[in-house]
Amino acid sequence: MALFEYAPAPESREVANLKPSYRPLINGEFVDGTGAPLETINPATEEVLAEVSTAGPSDVDNAVRAARRAFDKVWGPMPGTERAKYLFRIARLIQERSRELAVLETLDNGKPIRESRDADLPVVAAHFFYHAGWADKLDYAGFGPDPKPLGVAGAIIPWNFPLLMLAWKVAPALATGNTVVLKPAETTPLTALVFGEICQQAGLPPGVVNILPGAGDVGGEIVRHGGVDKIAFTGSTEVGKLIQREVAGTPKRLTLELGGKAANIVFDDAPLEEAVEGIVNGIFFNQGQVCCAGSRLLVQESIVDDLLDRLRRRIARLRLGDPLDKNTDIGAINSAAQLARIRELADTGDAAGARRWTSPCALPGRGFFFAPTVFSGVEQSMRIAREEIFGPVLSVLTFRTPDEAVAKANNTPYGLSAGVWTEKGSRALAIAGALRAGTVWANTFNRFDPTAPFGGYQESGFGREGGRTGLEAYLNV
Amino acid sequence: MSDRVSVAKTCKLFIGGKFPRSESGRVYPVQDGKGAFLANVAHASRKDVRDAVSAARKAFPGWSGATAYNRGQVLYRVAELLEGRRDQFAAEVAAAEGIAARRAQSLVDASIDRWVYYAGWTDKIASVLGAANPVAGPYFSFTVPEPTGVVGVLAPQRSSLLGLVSVLAPVLAAGCTAVVVSSARRPLPAVCLAEVLATSDVPGGVANVLTGRATELGPWLASHGDVDALDPTGATVEARAELAREAAGNIKRVLTVPAEEPDWTARGDLARLRRYLEAKTVWHPMGL
Repeated sequence: MALFEYAPAPESREVANLKPSYRPLINGEFVDGTGAPLETINPATEEVLAEVSTAGPSDVDNAVRAARRAFDKVWGPMPGTERAKYLFRIARLIQERSRELAVLETLDNGKPIRESRDADLPVVAAHFFYHAGWADKLDYAGFGPDPKPLGVAGAIIPWNFPLLMLAWKVAPALATGNTVVLKPAETTPLTALVFGEICQQAGLPPGVVNILPGAGDVGGEIVRHGGVDKIAFTGSTEVGKLIQREVAGTPKRLTLELGGKAANIVFDDAPLEEAVEGIVNGIFFNQGQVCCAGSRLLVQESIVDDLLDRLRRRIARLRLGDPLDKNTDIGAINSAAQLARIRELADTGDAAGARRWTSPCALPGRGFFFAPTVFSGVEQSMRIAREEIFGPVLSVLTFRTPDEAVAKANNTPYGLSAGVWTEKGSRALAIAGALRAGTVWANTFNRFDPTAPFGGYQESGFGREGGRTGLEAYLNV
Repeated sequence: MSDRVSVAKTCKLFIGGKFPRSESGRVYPVQDGKGAFLANVAHASRKDVRDAVSAARKAFPGWSGATAYNRGQVLYRVAELLEGRRDQFAAEVAAAEGIAARRAQSLVDASIDRWVYYAGWTDKIASVLGAANPVAGPYFSFTVPEPTGVVGVLAPQRSSLLGLVSVLAPVLAAGCTAVVVSSARRPLPAVCLAEVLATSDVPGGVANVLTGRATELGPWLASHGDVDALDPTGATVEARAELAREAAGNIKRVLTVPAEEPDWTARGDLARLRRYLEAKTVWHPMGL
């Protein structure tokens, strides 16, 4: 079947209200940071989007002090019923400005507008709406009567879902009565700073949310600051270990949401058309730059050829290109550094003897793009089967028995997510039970909801985000 | 009284359901509260720690996969057998801690009751901590607590039985398996508890008890890649920071514990169980 030709349908970049420069938010005001300014670029074009003033150590200190004052004087003593209304306001403001934020997210991150518009932004607003309702109901959260907040929460978030990861941290922190010092990722600071504007529009008291753009050194300052009571980090397992070491021996609380190498298991009785869609969604959503990506496909041996045929046909029809085009399925990789890492790890697959198949899609002449790639004949010992690639690269392994599938799936230090595809209900439940992972998607993949706790086993981290369970991370219980 | 010479017990480790001597061949003498010799106990080594972790890992699938009802009955059985040896334990605790018989008796009673308390938790944890998640879409999404894995426990140094039971029972009730390092100077109640565990349907390897020094063995547990969580209660405050740093090597869950040993007579709670549980969220589409 020939590929339908689509006329480009680009979203207007004007909607993003892009400004030439952005500044840190400290104590309710946007101020010049003392760190070296950075230029954030559009990874799809490599053009500079804006200059961003970053935080230096004194800014971190000011932000933590502002957050402490706000916690002691305003936010901590405020009744939950009132905190709730601020969070509801924020949720509504995000909904009102969701088109602007979606376009800005796509410009800064490189993800397709279809995803920022239909996945990221709706879930961001939902997270604030959900947690708003908790603020005056914490007595019912199962941690005893009147559970207390921790104080000042330092949140350090990654570039793959900039605003969504902000929401996952800021919403529960505020709902439980904490104040926040947030560091967005170096390459994707813009939507967080617009979120700062939203806090102002919501009339949020100064210092309740402080936003400090910058690189890892700013995160380090936050982690080490004696005035911070809690660190919530989402990012690589490597950095997570450094943070855990740093926090060791201090009274700081810590939650970590780290890397993954999720197995996506397909049994011979699986609904193959749906499985193909789920596999594609599992590994190519957000260009595979997802900690819970289904990057290890485990296929029952008897159907591997059929499944791979279908998968390649489907992947060949994914549209890679301008992230602002509403037809685009695969956008840009977030940075040159990430693209280099993906290339390097994929090359180890060739060297180790796996068979590489690459989507025949054309790559744009500029920007950071990597064509959807499938490695078959992958062995468990290969780096592409063990290490998180964080890119659109799928490693396909096979199994014969359910026990073998579970053993291979669990043969990883990670444990963030997993998938299983089978028409047999008893088998889906048994496999879901046997997989050592914080989220198991059965006959679906990459579903997220503020009511559903998310987080890792083993080296994928500890603590949960979402649901009643997620509140524990911000309560002194 | 007769002049009968009593039969002294050789105190050994408890690993994988068996009672080996320390691989190192080391022992150390234990005194009572007044300094009188009580026994030589096995002085566990790094190799013993590794053997115990390996036994605990091997036992994990069976214990974590057992029904909650079954785990509850097994833990209740521990209480039953402890009750039967109430007087013996009172004497052990009195000697180990240098306290009066009545006080020791009440600590033993509290220890027995603590097993009963946690035995009753096993089949309630999921309904209290789990959830059906009302997600915004045609999916059935539920969250269940699952045991974290192998837990390294540095038992309290002072409270030789009640403290030990208070830190061990929640690990087992959560469905985890344990490697416990007993109080260094008051290890004999732990040695006796191991004998109770061995005869009370607790599968071999689920609870492993090492006698020795937390200062020496703690770092091996904290840095062990196959240990998933660590309770540093029995370590000194100074040592805990370094243990926590070591524990970061594989993202261990490290319990936050008070600087001083708490009053173990306070009743148990869900918070300790929560530390050894992971929330798993499962999604499945709904549709005709």
